[in-house]
Amino acid sequence: MSLEKKTIISVQNLVKSYEDFTAVNGISFEVYEGEIFGLLGPNGAGKTTTLEILETLRQKSGGDIKIDGLDVDKNQNEIKKIIGVQLQAAGYYPSLKLLELLDLFSGLYNVAIDKMKMLALVGLEDKAKSKYKDLSGGQKQRFSLCTTLINNPKIIFLDEPTTGLDPQSRRNLWELIRQIRDKGTTVVITTHYMDEAEELCDRVAVMEAGKFIALNTPDNLIDDLVAKGFERKKEVKKANLEDVFLHLTGKEWRDA
Amino acid sequence: MNSQKKYSQLRAMLAITVASLQSTFRNPSAVLFSFAFPMFFILVFGFIGKGTISVKVGVSAKSDTANAMYTMLKSRPELKLTLDESDAQMKDELEKGKLDGVLAFMKSSDSTKPNLQVTLQTSKASAEGGAMIQMFMMHAVDQANLASAPEIKHVAELRTLEVNDHAYKSIDFILPGMLGFSLLSMGVFGTAFVFLNLRNTLVIKRFFATPINKAYIVLGEALSRVLFTLLTSSFIIVVGYLVFGFTLQHGLITFINMLFLSFISLFVFMGFGFIISGLAKNESAVPPLANLITLPQFILCGTFFSTSFFPAWMQPIPKMLPLTYLNDAMRRVAFEGASLFQVWNDILVLLIWGVVVYFFATKLFKWE
Repeated sequence: MSLEKKTIISVQNLVKSYEDFTAVNGISFEVYEGEIFGLLGPNGAGKTTTLEILETLRQKSGGDIKIDGLDVDKNQNEIKKIIGVQLQAAGYYPSLKLLELLDLFSGLYNVAIDKMKMLALVGLEDKAKSKYKDLSGGQKQRFSLCTTLINNPKIIFLDEPTTGLDPQSRRNLWELIRQIRDKGTTVVITTHYMDEAEELCDRVAVMEAGKFIALNTPDNLIDDLVAKGFERKKEVKKANLEDVFLHLTGKEWRDA
Repeated sequence: MNSQKKYSQLRAMLAITVASLQSTFRNPSAVLFSFAFPMFFILVFGFIGKGTISVKVGVSAKSDTANAMYTMLKSRPELKLTLDESDAQMKDELEKGKLDGVLAFMKSSDSTKPNLQVTLQTSKASAEGGAMIQMFMMHAVDQANLASAPEIKHVAELRTLEVNDHAYKSIDFILPGMLGFSLLSMGVFGTAFVFLNLRNTLVIKRFFATPINKAYIVLGEALSRVLFTLLTSSFIIVVGYLVFGFTLQHGLITFINMLFLSFISLFVFMGFGFIISGLAKNESAVPPLANLITLPQFILCGTFFSTSFFPAWMQPIPKMLPLTYLNDAMRRVAFEGASLFQVWNDILVLLIWGVVVYFFATKLFKWE
């Protein structure tokens, strides 16, 4: 790891325990400014809990966390001003139109925004006057991503943003996330999809039962495994079924 | 480090208020309970109650109707005469209480008896109506007898004076009751459902991820409820005043006093809603709990009919419930023109209820 990378999130020995079990069991890591950092792991590994503690939505049981130099225990409101949060499930008044919801969040963050420009970022200009509940799954995720950008945050947290989306929507959402990163925003993302992590993340941490069992770039992790003599059982073809699917159905958003 | 302007909780709160209002206006059940139901009840009771009390009287088909007494009866608005039915049919309706009395007018051929024989049949099925038509007929017979002997010296005379200079119309009773209905429904059902939904749909969690303080989230939502309810209350009062002649004793001041009472009671009733939203695990648990609080009060607190009809052993029950005091205060303010100071005892009971309710609400309210 090169020295010029600037740490924006630092986590030391984070623990979150409930009465009967420990969800997060002493993890430490750093996220660098301007990278896409992935939290991988099976259900119940502690990804969402970790994310929600970083988002100041949950209290930790132990450890130290600094977000852009701010302590999560003492500076919750300051942190909330510089982060954007996408929750796993919907979090919007269902019967409100997108423009009305953007007004709401512009008030909640105390910032003035160009609503149509915000919607254009995620390709939802045509849906400006649609109600949230009438959007498709992919559109809801894109709108959710849009609300994370309202306060022009330094870091955005995305909890399984592509779960349940069709291949076109997933790929287009990846492109959006990359664009956001390229503008200098740090992205922390959780996912179940390894292709997504491989494609998108600069570095990934693999979580299992509340602990990190690996933390590196996707490339290094794969090289390490191969160096140990691992071989795929089946020779990989030059294309896979997803390539076929996208070739047949095109890459445009289907629900725009 | 932070060059931004200071973060305004108020601005964030108002954003929630606006969004919540928009959401409420698009919620069919909120509009139904606060606008449509009360207006429907007012319409129904408003038209039923038009005019004065009336009794239904059957007149036997065999009757001789060519007399002055019958002509007089026919002209009275409070008597609804039924003519074209058989005696058996009328007897049956009398027994079922559909008629209050059945009259028969017969000419007498016996010169020792009065010329006109009037027979009135009544039944226990309609004791009140029967008594009324009986009094009415006794008076009519006396009048006819007096008219035939004008030289008789009167020994007594009755003059009736009405105390109130304005009539207490049925709308004057119904409308305050409907306001109570609307306020209790909105306060309890509205608040319970809204906070449960905000929690379950993670709207409130998304708010937590923004810099607004928790208390301002609740305040913002509460303010939207208050504004919505003051709007519906105003609408009900104005329609009642313009269309049904509802009495606003001191005009605008009475109107403002009524809105003030609406505000206080809504505040109390919302406390019940907060409690329910804390107790209910999911949406289907809300209606049983909310009905448990609202239904007894709708029936027992003088919403649709006066509590004076209840037997003595039941009288203490309405005296314990908050809606009774709202209804009482509303009626005194609107019809008697009482000031808010004059209904201080009603307001005090409502506020005591408020303290009790919010004591439990703060203990039971759940954020997630």
